[in-house]
Amino acid sequence: MKPARDVGIVGYGAYVPRYRLPATEVSRVWMEGKAGLPVEEKSVPGLDEDTATMAIEAARNALARGGIAPRDLRAVWVGSESHPYAVKPTSTIVAEAIGATPRVSAGDWEFACKAGTEALQAAFGLVGSHMADYALAIGMDTAQGRPGDALEYTAAAGGAAYIVGPRENSLAYLEGSYSYVTDTPDFFRRPYQHYPEHGGRFTGEPAYFKHTTGSVHALLEELGLQPSDFAAAVFHQPNAKFPQRAAQLLGFDKDQIKLGLLSPKVGNVYAGSCLLGLSAVLDEAKPGDRILLASFGSGAGSDAFSFVVTDRVTERQALAPKTMAYIARRKPVDYALYARYRKKLQMH
Amino acid sequence: MREVSIVGIGQTKAGEHWERSMRDLAVDAISAALKDAGLESADALYVGNMLSGELTAQQHLGALVADWAGLEGIEAVRVEGADASGALAVRQGYLGVASGLQDIVVVCGVEKTTDADAETALAAWSSALDAEYESFHGVTVSAMHGLLMRRYMHEFEVSREDFAPFALNAHKNGVNNPNAMFRSAITAEAFVKGGMLADPIGMFDAAPLCDGAAAVVLCPSDRAGRIASKPVRVRASGVATDRLALHSRRDPLFLQAAYASALKAYQQAGVGPSDIKLFELHDSFTVMAALSLEACGFAERGKGTRLAQEGAITLQGRIPISTMGGLKARGHAVGATGVYQIVELALQLRGEAGANQVSGSLGMAQNIGGSGATAVTHILEA
Repeated sequence: MKPARDVGIVGYGAYVPRYRLPATEVSRVWMEGKAGLPVEEKSVPGLDEDTATMAIEAARNALARGGIAPRDLRAVWVGSESHPYAVKPTSTIVAEAIGATPRVSAGDWEFACKAGTEALQAAFGLVGSHMADYALAIGMDTAQGRPGDALEYTAAAGGAAYIVGPRENSLAYLEGSYSYVTDTPDFFRRPYQHYPEHGGRFTGEPAYFKHTTGSVHALLEELGLQPSDFAAAVFHQPNAKFPQRAAQLLGFDKDQIKLGLLSPKVGNVYAGSCLLGLSAVLDEAKPGDRILLASFGSGAGSDAFSFVVTDRVTERQALAPKTMAYIARRKPVDYALYARYRKKLQMH
Repeated sequence: MREVSIVGIGQTKAGEHWERSMRDLAVDAISAALKDAGLESADALYVGNMLSGELTAQQHLGALVADWAGLEGIEAVRVEGADASGALAVRQGYLGVASGLQDIVVVCGVEKTTDADAETALAAWSSALDAEYESFHGVTVSAMHGLLMRRYMHEFEVSREDFAPFALNAHKNGVNNPNAMFRSAITAEAFVKGGMLADPIGMFDAAPLCDGAAAVVLCPSDRAGRIASKPVRVRASGVATDRLALHSRRDPLFLQAAYASALKAYQQAGVGPSDIKLFELHDSFTVMAALSLEACGFAERGKGTRLAQEGAITLQGRIPISTMGGLKARGHAVGATGVYQIVELALQLRGEAGANQVSGSLGMAQNIGGSGATAVTHILEA
């Protein structure tokens, strides 16, 4: 898929909260320290943080890099699994806070971990159709893990914001995208449930791998490209193993995914996952680099994008905190503090 | 009583079948077995299965599978004996033909465990134990065998590592079985390093639960030659039970039911352990492999692991076991396992086992329910 007008990424910005819960802590509390660890540690939001506050900081970073005025944004779209409200958009809070209102379209997106790339896909369409010159798409989450569940090791917080605009102002332009979607209930949450349910091993082959390889194969075929044409590839990162296996299945090597593989250090930031990985890649990208982005959202689907970095990237990388700086800014907490920060201790 | 032969065999891959339902798998295996036999209909169908009710909300499997397999209207029933359901279904099919009341009988073992999450499947499987005295207290099948293994190690003074040859042998044999769930060899280091499931049962001591279906077609031996080019004769079929709860067994470290059913089989066939050229035993856990060898007269009490360490259990050894991967590497599709064992034994006796071929014309298969309360032994001959 490619819009009639050439479009790209004008600005980008990440956000990761500073607290970290080592996986060894989860294992200590639930498995007497004897569990296999899917990541090293995960990020934990502080008491006053939520998807809205985090999205605002990422959006401000994106505006700093993009060098455009917030009122030039015609859409602010936040994709998340942890919107603070079931009814009342996160996107309007973000739009107001960054100064994009009132001449703006806003609305929340949901498709599990690919809500952010859904918003990105739509932003390319909006700008590509000339309905707008600039649109802001954000993937951000404060994922909650059920205590004692396997996913508690990885359910983390963070994400990134992307300003989409015309190619002439982009630091990376869009070559094309592809969305691959089926109705596959590998992971879901009803409105009355606090924690999601997941299908164990069903979330692997029939969900993550089928859709990720499906979208990427189709995109590469449409664009006539091969893995060796890419400088970097970023996959959805629910843990350390899945994106590495996806890369292997698709023919990408370890060096290509290295820069964008952050899950060992931050966990799974859900709707922010591959978008956060992409921001780390863009922080170090060189003009001419081709970058693959492939998300995965349970339910299920994958959005794949191919970007080519332009000359403008070099001057914009340093205009906001780099993603690795957010990752390095860490304060470990123990399981007790994490339980308090995530409001798992409720006294009624 | 008539002699019975196997004239058709069929199996699906054992593993995670995300795209196939239980009835799909049963039809796949039965179709393959009927095609192998060159037949299109049967007089009766016996379906071996343990967990369909709990895990797939489906009982009434006899009628369901007959319907879906194109065997409309025939006599059909589901047979259950926990993990021994498959071989018990073979036993019922055998009785049907041997009695003279049925001529062509299809036996199908089928199980679907992976549509449920791991904890649910384990809890359901644990209904093989005593619900009021064992599983009621939260103990699972794995934990029960953990207690058994620990007692074995204590009484017979062996270590965890001494059980490794069972796992290494099974995985090595799985490599050459296209229907096996696991097809990679493992090392002794990997065995030792594998995480604990139910101490001392480690990851590589325990067979994986999985999906799968296997089927055989039985008929009277005097007709078998006209139907199949390589019929396999059922020389013996023996079943015995023991007290269900492990703590009720006279000697928990002796599989009395395995011994008794093997004894019946040896007597019926007029053979002894030294005549058996290969043994598809019930290696749900490495300790069960050791105990099975001891109960069936291949090793002295407490010396099952020693026999394995001497290499006697490999394809080149004196008593090859798990020749196509066993429960450990082929996979344990619970109620289907007993039929997989018969299919694999038949492949060996027909000379169709490929790289894993063992020579010899007499083989034994034994399927055990739970921690040993049901045992079904069959002796087959080429």
